[in-house]
Amino acid sequence: MSKNTEFVKFDKVDKSYDGKVLVVKDLNLNISEGEFITMLGPSGSGKTTCLMMLAGFETPTNGEIYLDSNPISNIPPHKRGIGMVFQNYALFPHMTVFENLAFPLRVRKIEKDEIEKKVDKALSMVSLSGFESRMPAQLSGGQQQRVAVARALVFDPAVVLMDEPLGALDKNLRESMQYEIKHIHENIGVTVVYVTHDQGEALTMSNRIAVFNDGKVQQLSSPDKLYEEPVNSFVAEFIGENNTFGGEVVDISKDVCKVKLNKGEILANPVSVESKGDKTTVSIRPERALINPKNKMDNNQIGKIEEVIYHGDHTRVRLDLLGNKEFILKVPNSSNELDLKLGNEIKIGWNSQDARALDPK
Amino acid sequence: MSSETKQILTTDGIPLEISLKKAERKNKIKAFLLVAPLLLFLIITYIFPIGEMFTRSIDDKMITNMLPKTFKSMETWDGKELPSEEVFASFLSDFKILVEKKEHGKLAQRLNKEKNGFTSVVKKLFRQVKRNKIDETQNIKEQIMKVHKRWRDVEYWQAIKRTAPPYTSAKYLKAMDMYLNEDNKIVQVSEDRRIHRILWLRTLEVAFFVTIFCFLMGYPIAHLLATLPMKYSNLLMICVLLPFWTSLLVRTASWMILLQQQGVVNDFFVIIGLVADDNRPEMMYNKVGTYVAMTQILLPFMVLPLYSVMKTISPSLMRAGKSLGGTPFVAFWKVYFPLTIPGIGAGCLLVFILAIGYYITPALVGGASGTLISNQIAYHMKSTLDWSFASAMGLMLLGGVLVIYWLYNKLVGVDNIKLG
Repeated sequence: MSKNTEFVKFDKVDKSYDGKVLVVKDLNLNISEGEFITMLGPSGSGKTTCLMMLAGFETPTNGEIYLDSNPISNIPPHKRGIGMVFQNYALFPHMTVFENLAFPLRVRKIEKDEIEKKVDKALSMVSLSGFESRMPAQLSGGQQQRVAVARALVFDPAVVLMDEPLGALDKNLRESMQYEIKHIHENIGVTVVYVTHDQGEALTMSNRIAVFNDGKVQQLSSPDKLYEEPVNSFVAEFIGENNTFGGEVVDISKDVCKVKLNKGEILANPVSVESKGDKTTVSIRPERALINPKNKMDNNQIGKIEEVIYHGDHTRVRLDLLGNKEFILKVPNSSNELDLKLGNEIKIGWNSQDARALDPK
Repeated sequence: MSSETKQILTTDGIPLEISLKKAERKNKIKAFLLVAPLLLFLIITYIFPIGEMFTRSIDDKMITNMLPKTFKSMETWDGKELPSEEVFASFLSDFKILVEKKEHGKLAQRLNKEKNGFTSVVKKLFRQVKRNKIDETQNIKEQIMKVHKRWRDVEYWQAIKRTAPPYTSAKYLKAMDMYLNEDNKIVQVSEDRRIHRILWLRTLEVAFFVTIFCFLMGYPIAHLLATLPMKYSNLLMICVLLPFWTSLLVRTASWMILLQQQGVVNDFFVIIGLVADDNRPEMMYNKVGTYVAMTQILLPFMVLPLYSVMKTISPSLMRAGKSLGGTPFVAFWKVYFPLTIPGIGAGCLLVFILAIGYYITPALVGGASGTLISNQIAYHMKSTLDWSFASAMGLMLLGGVLVIYWLYNKLVGVDNIKLG
């Protein structure tokens, strides 16, 4: 059976709260069945609004949202059959864990034995069996989080929405919960729409990521593509670390262009520049630039070490390179033969393919 | 394992527990001194007056002090036949002292309360004593019995004996329309004189319904206040609090203007043709007026605790309820409502307790059928000057409130109250 690639479909959706500013602009987004899709973006970029429209707590100002080919704008939230995990978990504080999980089943008038079975199964899925009679306040943050996930899944919804569910947890717990949610998704194959502003979370968990900014999807692609091949300078800047050079295209061919900077010239990969004279921002990932490259590289420059910061597994080196004093390099701490001292001049090289000439900032 | 039982010492060898207490003593004293002014204030203005009210309500020492010898000699009297010569003699000596102090009138008044007909009897004896007609060397019993035939009636001597104890429950019985009869039995007063019990019941009824009305009207307002965006909710809050800042008397007076028979509300009813001009309904000087005015005045006391509780309920809980498949009603009833119970408890208790002792509003708009027990208390404080009776009723009101509080604690739990 082929999967429905338009299981959830945003069709030309606009949303405005005050009639003056569009929070979401002309959004078109297809989500296929069983996919884990993440809406990633800074706060105020419209990602949560999209989620709320899908859940039914906000109505689109224009356009339509389809769920399994049915328009849902006029269906109230409780009839949509969409599970949701809220930012602060929204567990019912006056009910036990069991009652919390049984709530969606009871309102669906499911029989008592069936409810017990389903709650048991959902709790064991998040490894919280035996916690049925606890109150939410007696659970740790991580446990509350799992109960919230179990509650959103217990009634077998077609789609589960998660609104920054890990935001309140500490770093270690957040990471282990990321894997846990990912595994649950893989096991039961439910469609997940996940909202976060944490790029690490998005990269680890998702099949695809939609990067939001300014009410628009800037790029929709798989995590690796998003990181390796950002299509514009916002995405390059927002996802991972990034060294940039602002300049002007002076020569361009099919897959390489020459960019003139304030000081010097570099070769870059023309992603969104078309002709001579275009302004551009060239983006290079820190790990793509090598110190004392052994192989031949397209770009070879000399930089001066401005700062060395020890990070445990790697060392970050800040260079003054071609007039950019914020050029960052990541050096793995396993290669000790380098002489990283302040003020030293070192050779830096990178391939033109990894230097992406994007739209100017 | 022995280290567990060993006393832990600080570095200078003093046991840790003692050191800790010493270190914390200063804080405790500081804390006590901070609350001391309030404590003193409460003792002077609250505990002490209540104690005073209580003693006043059961106090019957006046007559005990007037007839000390009589009561002493009456101790051995069985109360079935006329008392002995000794009792008569000590009564006469007590009475002579009273005549000298010109306090015989008070005695007559007090005894007359116990049994009708004492006034004339005492007056007659007073005249005889004044003229020194009674010879103390002769049989005193015979002489006194000759003064008035009622001195020969054993019931009057029994009445005197009943006043002997320095304390009495008469005021409390009176507030319940009951009294202690000649046989020391508690009986009800005749039907046409039972007024207090009606007032007690009416007070409870009014307080109960005012609480219900306040709840029904306050709940939606509080919900709106808690969920509206800040700029609107502030305005609404001012609307709720505005009556709070207006004098109670002014508000009650404005209700009088609105509700009277030629008043604004009645005029409006006539204009829209709801009632005929010559058949205007009476909305004041009865229970309707009391209900309307008291509900309006007590509404903020319901809204504020509800609001403060609702403010803490995250809106995402209702959303969660809906997204999990509950209709808006189910989400409200199963999720939102149970979480507001602490506020409901606090609001209802507050309104009920305030309503049960309400005074000015029922006095002004209540009329005859809308007055409450507090008006009766005020009446005895100001008009009849029977302060001990007013105290007794006041204490009964306090007792009633405590019982309600206790009941509430049993049913809902005081820990669940939340005022903010």
